Amino acid sequence: MFYFILKRLVQSVFVMLAVAFLAFSLFRFVGDPITQMTGVETSVEDQSRLRQELGLNDPFVLQFTRFTSDMLQGDFGFSFRTRQPVAQMITSRIPATLELGIVALIISLFVGIPAGVYTALRPRGVVTQAILMTTLVGVSIPTFVIGIMLIFLFGVQLGWLPTFGRGGTVQIGSWESSFFTLEGWRALILPAFTLGVYQLTLTMRLVRAEMMDVMRSDYIRFATARGVPMGRLYFRHALANTMVPVITIIGLQFGGVIAFSIVTESVFQWPGMGLLFLESIRFVDIPVMGVYLVVIAFFFVVVNLIVDLLYVAIDPRLRVKDVS
Amino acid sequence: MLNVKNLTVRFPTRFGDFVAIEDVSISVAAGEIHGLVGESGAGKSTLGAAVISLLQTPGYVSAGSIILGGTDLRALNAREAHAMRGKRISMIFQDPQTSLNPLMTVEDQLIETIMAHRKVSVNEARNSAIELLEEIGIKEAAVRIKAWPHQFSGGMRQRVVIALALCTNPELIIADEPTTALDVAVQSQVLDLLRTLADKRKIGFILITHDIGVIARIADRVSVMRSGKVVESGETAQVLGNPQHPYTRALMDAVPPLDHKIDRFKVPSLEGVEKEGSSTANFAEQWLLEGGQQTQKVGLSIENLNVSFAGTRTSLWQKPSAFKALQNINIEVLPGSVLGLVGESGSGKSTLAKVITGLIVPESGQMYLGEETLPAGNKRSRHHPSRRMIQMVFQDPYSSLNSRHRISTILSEPLWFYGLEKSPSRRRELVLSMLELVGMPSDAIDKYPHQFSGGQRQRIAVARALLARPRFLICDEPTSALDVSIQAEILNLLKDLQSKFGLSILFISHNLSVVRQMADDMVVLRNGLIEESGKTQDLFDAPSAQYTKKLLALTPMMPKAWRT
Amino acid sequence: MKDFIKRSEGLWLFVHSPAVMVSALVAVLIFLGATLAPWIAPTNPYDLASFSLMDGLLPPVWEEGGVAKFSLGTDDQGRDMVSSILYGARLSLLIGLSAMVIATVLGVGLGVAAGFYGGRFDAIVMRIADIQLALPAILTALLIDGVARGILPPEMQQSLRVSVLTLAIALSLWVNFARTARASTFVEMNKEYVHAAIIMGQRPIRIMLVHILPNILGPLLVIMTVDLASAILLEATLSFLGIGLPADSPSLGTLIRIGMQFMLSGEWWILWIPTLFLVALVVSINTLGDFLRDVFNPGLR
Repeated sequence: MFYFILKRLVQSVFVMLAVAFLAFSLFRFVGDPITQMTGVETSVEDQSRLRQELGLNDPFVLQFTRFTSDMLQGDFGFSFRTRQPVAQMITSRIPATLELGIVALIISLFVGIPAGVYTALRPRGVVTQAILMTTLVGVSIPTFVIGIMLIFLFGVQLGWLPTFGRGGTVQIGSWESSFFTLEGWRALILPAFTLGVYQLTLTMRLVRAEMMDVMRSDYIRFATARGVPMGRLYFRHALANTMVPVITIIGLQFGGVIAFSIVTESVFQWPGMGLLFLESIRFVDIPVMGVYLVVIAFFFVVVNLIVDLLYVAIDPRLRVKDVS
Repeated sequence: MLNVKNLTVRFPTRFGDFVAIEDVSISVAAGEIHGLVGESGAGKSTLGAAVISLLQTPGYVSAGSIILGGTDLRALNAREAHAMRGKRISMIFQDPQTSLNPLMTVEDQLIETIMAHRKVSVNEARNSAIELLEEIGIKEAAVRIKAWPHQFSGGMRQRVVIALALCTNPELIIADEPTTALDVAVQSQVLDLLRTLADKRKIGFILITHDIGVIARIADRVSVMRSGKVVESGETAQVLGNPQHPYTRALMDAVPPLDHKIDRFKVPSLEGVEKEGSSTANFAEQWLLEGGQQTQKVGLSIENLNVSFAGTRTSLWQKPSAFKALQNINIEVLPGSVLGLVGESGSGKSTLAKVITGLIVPESGQMYLGEETLPAGNKRSRHHPSRRMIQMVFQDPYSSLNSRHRISTILSEPLWFYGLEKSPSRRRELVLSMLELVGMPSDAIDKYPHQFSGGQRQRIAVARALLARPRFLICDEPTSALDVSIQAEILNLLKDLQSKFGLSILFISHNLSVVRQMADDMVVLRNGLIEESGKTQDLFDAPSAQYTKKLLALTPMMPKAWRT
Repeated sequence: MKDFIKRSEGLWLFVHSPAVMVSALVAVLIFLGATLAPWIAPTNPYDLASFSLMDGLLPPVWEEGGVAKFSLGTDDQGRDMVSSILYGARLSLLIGLSAMVIATVLGVGLGVAAGFYGGRFDAIVMRIADIQLALPAILTALLIDGVARGILPPEMQQSLRVSVLTLAIALSLWVNFARTARASTFVEMNKEYVHAAIIMGQRPIRIMLVHILPNILGPLLVIMTVDLASAILLEATLSFLGIGLPADSPSLGTLIRIGMQFMLSGEWWILWIPTLFLVALVVSINTLGDFLRDVFNPGLR
């Protein structure tokens, strides 16, 4: 088991390095950083001097090493567009995206999993058919359309909820949070729901498929044959076994939530990392793009590691050797 | 105790209702082991499922009655039926690996079952469970009970399964192929256990199996099923020794005897099989004989073969230990003869076949085909003559033919690949003729594999092997997936082809009786080592190795005394 | 005829699911409309001379102020909605289909090879897939787009827009194919007909194409449909974000972005009609995908 964890850790580091490499290549090879930073007035001699100072003439490996060590110390370079340190730009936006993502994830799990279980256990009911049809449509409507529809319905026609921005936020240390004011929550609901809906449908379908598979397994048949009470059968036996493959997907979903936040933030003008990334693409602000990449990959890798640890905690087959 | 009368079970399909079992009546007394035997599709499992009302949807009971003790089982609603399960009837399945919830300890599964039917505390339940495990032969039960299912070996797992079925003290236990997935020695123990339980606790058993030897070993009475109906029923010794119904008689005729060799099995003529000797078959015969079959017999010899597999790394500090699949193997197949290779699962017999065909590369050793050296897999060129001369008939008729190719494509492949026949029209003629030779109707040529039964597919597989004009044939468990009567036909076919065309055959099987019928010489393999080898007759009459003796003693078979 | 339908399980299920038949019809209609757009659209929305601001902001024909010439109304530039949608669907489908095809060939090719050869090659392919999975599809697409923007000289930007988008989307979708193809190949590799072919000495390419591929088509077909829907959605999202197709050669996503400006001012048709078409297209493709999944997986029915 220990070896398993170690192996996964090494793999994660490898993935991070690869992503860092990608980001670095972006920095170096897409467009010329010097011209981006200085504009046309600077003389050629000044430009080449700058190049030397910044170490852009050094061998590739050296630059890459410097790049990674800088990153590890928190120095992410400067944005082409705003001339601000990228680190600051991104960290100021992280709370907005994270809070949005967490609420969306909670919505998708707390509605998706029970819905999946229900539709798996009552495959022919009317409610099940209705749920299935709704999710089919839900998975087909692009996130931005859902966002637009919600804005139109709740914001424009009914006027209940705000349609743009974060509303009331409270500063806790360096973390700007929406959770502590009613205004904050009112502004959070629509975007969180928009973001969560797609994930919800995915979760639901997955839980349903896995659960139906589990219900057909031999140990369920055997437990039924032994007279284990139905309730216990569904939860202690079926659901527990269903959770194992579902957990991995939840890990992936978190990545999806962060990614799709780009779209949601765009629709709702939510000041998170996604919006920042979008603007950086429009202006070809390479440093921001590259760092965003690394930050996302980091989140993703951490979440997946946690998922793997959860796996080991839940499934005894991974902890103790198989005798067969 | 259990009385099933005129039971009929139907499964609705889009073609109308499929009648799985029809008008079936059986009775089981307390303490009686009632065998339910028949070939696949006979309806045995369906009957068992119907009694405990666990039929796969959309199956339903359309007629008849099931009375247990005084209770009419059909009259119960879903909740009452579920209350019966465990308390009065229980069921155990074939595969112990998938029967246990991998995420719960054995202890938890036992305790929850006990507490579902009796009002006891957790501790009391645990103690009962431990006692039970000890009773059925799991030592140090108090410690072992806390383990997870995957920490038990196959036989032990099946005991745990039996314990789970027993802990609720049912009156009747339905055992659906309980020992089919187990090795001979383990099977023997489990069967003894079932017999003891029936005697001591007076539990009635319905023992579902296709293995007649198992029935002979522990069943008091037996019902023979075919195509959803019971054709014969009565005391085991009587039904097996002196069968009245023609089907039962044919079934008993098809069982390969362990104690003597017969020339050919007696098989009744069945549908879909042509009579031999028709004129079209001659074309293929001539073609095969053209290859100098009778005169150029080719043998195979293997010297000092060693095969190991790299282990999987589970620790940072220890190098993974290699697994030795085969050690110091010396084998000789005499030209034109059949060598039987016998061993249980994990003995290495399939590995040996893979080494000979080049799928696996040995660590060391030499192989010789006839006079020439047979190079190891990685050194064997794609056009090496041995690729044609050695052909293989595989175990699983459902995966050995590409289900997306037509029979004509499958069978023509060896002809054009080995350059044996260049003209497409002659190839088709040859394929048609070969189909007749193996007993298949000629219209099979344009069909797909899924349109044929297991036995028919094996015939096609044999045809494919023959169409390469081989000199050496490897048969890897060719009949293990087939019903007893089909097995008899295929074995007959192999016997005929072998003698007519002078093939040398390596016949691999775990079934001693089958090997007895097919092989001139025999090798017994165990954990990668040769336990014993010699003439088949000698090994059976007077085995010298301990292991061989054990295998022979433990293989369940019908006592000679029953045969009238 | 009835017998034939009964025998083919897939066909039988198809004829008995009204929802699926409707979906198929919708998908086919939109597809035909999009393909034949240059011939059946009343006007060419790309031709700057063909429309004028005078015709701008006209409502659909059933509302007050609408004219028959522009049956679904016009946008602020005076472009006919019907034509815009037909051409827009054309672009959306073009990019979606091309991306899906590229992703299929790349993914299935790599996946089957990885499953067949195993060992190092498999490990490498899986590593790449892992890394790519660490970055969700949108991200990959955006990145490639951003990179192209940075690398390509400004003159080439416009004309290569479609190709860049297609490539970006294809590269974000191939992993799905690769994983499924690889898993299916692993299953097939355990089957004896593959062993028979290997023993015979057949060439790996032949074994992969002639033997293995036909047997793994089932699940791949399902993914193809699902990924087609994803590709179309991805393109629409990118266009909506302003990174995809521009306003003068709009896809459905771009049209929606344009329409959003008019959400509050009452010209609802500029927004909701393209939306409706996009949703109808994707819903029907997804329904078909679900249907295919059920056909190939009888246990879930």
